[in-house]
Parts: sequence; structure tokens; C-alpha cells
Amino acid sequence: MVENNQNPIDKASQQNLDEAVIKAPIKSKEKPVKRFFTSLLEFWAKHQTAISLAFLAIAILFPILFNQQYFLSIGVNVMLYATLSVSLNLITGFMGITSLSHAAFLGIGAYTAAILSTRLGANFPITFLAGAAMAGLFGLLLGLPSLRIKGRFLAIVTLGFGEIARMVELNWMSLTRGPQGISGIPKVSLFGWIMKTPAQKYYVILVILVLVVLAVAAIMNSRVGRAISAIRDDEVAAEAMGINVFGYKLMVFSISAAFAGLAGAFYAHYMSFIDPNAFSFAQSILILSVTIFGGMASIAGSIFGALTLLALPELLRFLIDYRLIIYGFVLVIMMVFQPNGLLGSFNLKHIKQQAMFRKSQERSES
Amino acid sequence: MFFQQLVNGLTIGSTYALVTIGFNLVYGVLELTNFAHSSFYMLGAYLTVFSMTWLLGRVTPLGFFIGLGISIVITGLLGALMDKASLEPIRKRNGAPITALLTTVGVQTIINNSILLIFGTESKPFPDVFQLGKVYVGDTVIQIFQIIIFVVAILLMLGLSYLVYRTKIGNAMRAISQNATAAKLMGINVNTVITITFLIGSAVAAISGAMMGTYYQKIDTLMGASVGLKSISSAVLGGMGSLPGAMFGGFIIGIVETMFAAYVGSGFRDAIAFIIMFVVLLIKPSGLLGVKIETKV
Repeated sequence: MVENNQNPIDKASQQNLDEAVIKAPIKSKEKPVKRFFTSLLEFWAKHQTAISLAFLAIAILFPILFNQQYFLSIGVNVMLYATLSVSLNLITGFMGITSLSHAAFLGIGAYTAAILSTRLGANFPITFLAGAAMAGLFGLLLGLPSLRIKGRFLAIVTLGFGEIARMVELNWMSLTRGPQGISGIPKVSLFGWIMKTPAQKYYVILVILVLVVLAVAAIMNSRVGRAISAIRDDEVAAEAMGINVFGYKLMVFSISAAFAGLAGAFYAHYMSFIDPNAFSFAQSILILSVTIFGGMASIAGSIFGALTLLALPELLRFLIDYRLIIYGFVLVIMMVFQPNGLLGSFNLKHIKQQAMFRKSQERSES
Repeated sequence: MFFQQLVNGLTIGSTYALVTIGFNLVYGVLELTNFAHSSFYMLGAYLTVFSMTWLLGRVTPLGFFIGLGISIVITGLLGALMDKASLEPIRKRNGAPITALLTTVGVQTIINNSILLIFGTESKPFPDVFQLGKVYVGDTVIQIFQIIIFVVAILLMLGLSYLVYRTKIGNAMRAISQNATAAKLMGINVNTVITITFLIGSAVAAISGAMMGTYYQKIDTLMGASVGLKSISSAVLGGMGSLPGAMFGGFIIGIVETMFAAYVGSGFRDAIAFIIMFVVLLIKPSGLLGVKIETKV
């Protein structure tokens, strides 16, 4: 599990840098398609911030251009799954722990928000914070005993947790109303201003997505992020370097669960009705396939994955019945041919370094 | 009352045992948690009833056995195909175990939703061709078929144990599970043996599916999902990869679940299996009869 998530480019980073000098003259002989992709990636690596901002601008303008319920509901769906996928990527992609319980954390957040708002009349920001905190707390409680278990057993434990959570939601009638679900959850309101149009709901989830993306990017660029990468690449070596492996795992697992809970709180307010069926094993699989399809350890990949897997079937409406079958094939094909996902095999930082290095070489030659 | 519950619990336990035995056969060789196994179980039941009623049009014991034969062959071949098409390429590239696990999740999704699409969501009747009747022991009612399921579970466990511990291919399987590279150097065709393991495991799943369909007299698209997750709990409890462990794990989970439903309340009966699994994994991950897991650095 550890070996596979290792980024091949990372591993050979130093070696590649040394070889770049030798490789540079051969570049013109590369196949045109490959050269096109290389230059595309280089362009992306160089203007990463600008491209992200451009995509953000498109996302902001989207409701103005397509102000229809149908398009906006697709947009909300994509954003919701992008949020979930980015948060799952933090543990599965960046840290290398396969979790099959993300739907449970989504459910815990949703139920917390739903119960608080229907029983106590609470609303934004209390329900969102409480949903995130409750999911984070359960992440901590699940992680405390189970994160010491290795590899595939951990995946089974998270699976079991997901099922237990659903059983509790189904059976704790006095709290969750069981299979009937909770209905009539009020819409998000901000200091008395109620978000009721589709466009307003869209902006709420957009803000959540941007916050989660920024938080994950910030984590990965910090000391914690470097510890996470070290743990993914080699747990024993990380421990030997003085990294508190268990502590970091626990922290990251809990943070990831909290983000899922945040998405869950939004889900409850957005749907205004929730029942345990929405938080089943199949939902966890869906979130996982978005993450894997887009790319392990790639934030852009997660967003791209959500865009492809949730918007594409809408474009091809005749495929909607086959959607889950397609997800199955996506999972299998990805695992066989590209286990790191579509955008998971590129290290933008490294590509940028390489491009700069080559440029400086060319300059010194001329 | 207590003995009646015991009989019912043993029957449900036999279901879990039947599914878990095939699951543990694959796990024993590959250390792979095969999530698709429960789908093959469901597929086996659907194919049996499909070939018996629609293909042959014979709802007789003979028709049942022919249908079961067809189902075993197709399900077994599909299991082998799954290994050849999706798991062997991963092995060849030395992929991580978790990659293979996710592949089986993908295969599970494909099979479950294909069945859903072809046969619809509503449950289908499964004709009881045997009509064996009941026996009374005191005030406990035992259906003859319950005894048959119980016996089949034990026979399958014994048969597969014989296969694994006494035959040439079984030796090859155990050699691969200990060290695949060394097995290859000894002249074992590793990939073929693994594919055969999947073939046998899936065929066993088909038998279980047909048995359960006959017992409950209906099949639906959710039968795999609930049994599948619980068979993983049974495997964990009995010991991952151990065939006798699979049987005992299944029996224990079935009995505990039924007793819990009878004496405590039926609400959380489905959660019991997972709570047991949780506790076993935390306290003794090797299970009751499993081999101790060694982590290599």
C-alpha cells in the first residue's frame, strides 16, 4: 500500500534533475502528442495560481450564465462531491489510508445539523460548525483504537464503522426518526437572510469547497503536510525520523472526517430531507471512486473527478441507469492501468522546477 | 423457545458460513479481501432460478440440479475472468494490496448493478422444488432443509479443507500464500493456480446462493449486500483465511445475532456482527482460528 502511492516522479526527483541536462537536447525527438502534454503540464505548473483563479471565476460566473434549477443542481452536486473527495483525498491520497467510512461522516454531519435545526431552531453557522465538530469527534473516536491496525484490516474496520453508524441512524428512533428520516430542515440563513434560490445555495457550497481546498492545500504545504507525505512513503522511516506517526494519522483522519461533516451539514440544509439510505456503503464507494478517478494526492484531481463522474452522466442522460455500472468499470480500469488516478501521477512542483532548470540550461548555453 | 432460536441461529449462521468459506479460500491464498464474493453469491442464486424456470422451464429437483450446474459453471468462470482481467495485471505490476481490494469493490458494483438493471429491484420467487417438510423435536420445529444447509456447510468446509491440505493444487495454493516468488521458482504456475482458486471460490458462492434461495424461497438484489458484509465479520471472527474458522465464525455470528434479536430486541441485530468484528480486530486481529499475522519491516 505504501509503495504504490509513492509518486514515481518524487522518487526519482534528484536523479531526474541530474539527467535533465542530458535529456534536454533529445526533447525535439519526442512524439508530438507527448510533447503537447508535457508543455501543457509545464504551462499548468507555471501558472498554477492563475489557472486556479480562472476556474474559480468560471465557477462564480456559472449561476449567472446558466441560471436554471437543473444546471444549478448539477453544479451543487459536483461541488458537494468535490468537497467530499478533497477531504477523502487527505487521508486516502496524501496519507495512504483507505477509508470506507466517509459516507458515515457525511451522515453524522448531516444528522447533527438536521437535529439541531429542527429541534433547537439553530442555523448557520452553528449547525455547520456542530456538524463538522461532531464528525471530527467521531473520526477521533474511530481513529483512536483503529489507526494502529495496518493496511487492509483498517479498510475493513472503517467499513464496519460505516455500517454501525447507519444501523444507529436507522434504529435510534427518538433521535433520528429511523427509516422515515428527518424532513423539513430549514434552509441556510445568514443573519436572517435566507438562502432560498438555487443560485444562493450554489454559492454556499462553492464557499465551502473553496475553504476546504484552501485548508487542505495549507495543510499539505506545512510541516504537517511534509510529515503526512513521509508517513505515506514509509511509515517506519518516518517514525525513525521522529515523526509521531500515530498522532499525525489521528489528527488527519479527524480533520478529514470534520470536512465530510461540514459537507454533510450543507447536504442536510440543501436537501431539507435526510434518511439513512443516503449514507450507505454505496455512497462511500461513490466518494472513493471520485477520489481515485480524479487522482490520488491531487486536489485538482478530486475536483476534476467530481466534475467528470457527476456532470458527465447528466450530459449523457441515457447513461443514467448505467451510472453505477460505469463507476464500477471506472474503479477497475483505473486500478489496472492508472492506480494513481488521472491527475495523480504528476508532481506540479517538480515539473515547474524541471522547466526552470531547463530554461536556465538553455540560457547558459546561448 | 431457546432451542428453536438455536436452530434458527444455526441456519442463518450456515448462510454466513457458506459464503465465508469461499471468501476465506481466496483470502487464504492471496490475502485479498474479496468484496465481489457476495456478488457472486447473489449471481449464483439468480442464475440458478433463471436457468431452472425460464431457460429449462422445469421446476423439479432435476431442473434445480441442472440449473445449479449451469449457475456454478457460469459463476465460476466469471470469477476466473475477474481474476484474469482485473487482478492479474495488478499482480504483474506488483500493485499494492489495497489496489486489488478496490478492484474487487469495483467488480462488486458492476455485478450488483447489472443484476439490478436486468432483473429489477423487486424480489423474485425461488420455487422450493424439494418440499421436504419438517420434523418436531419436543416443541422445536426443524425443517429438513435447515439440516441440509447445515450439512452442506460442513461438507463444503471439509471438502475445501481436503482440497487445500491434501491435493497437489492445494499444496500449490499454500505455497503461493507463503511466498509467491519461491512458489514460482519451484515450478508452480502461480497465475493459473490463483485463477483456479477464484474459480472454485466463486463456484462455492454459487452453491451457497442456490441453497439460500431455496430456503428463503425468494431472492432479491440486496441478499448479497447484507450477507456479504456479515460474512466478512464471520471471516474476521473465525480467522481470516482459515476454512474451519470461516464455518465457526459464521455459526457464532448467526447464533449471537438470533439470540440478540430474541432476547434483547431486533432493532440493532444487524449491528451485532459489525460490533463483534470491531472488537475482534482491535483485540485479536488474527481471529479465533487464524494464523498470527507477522508484520515485516
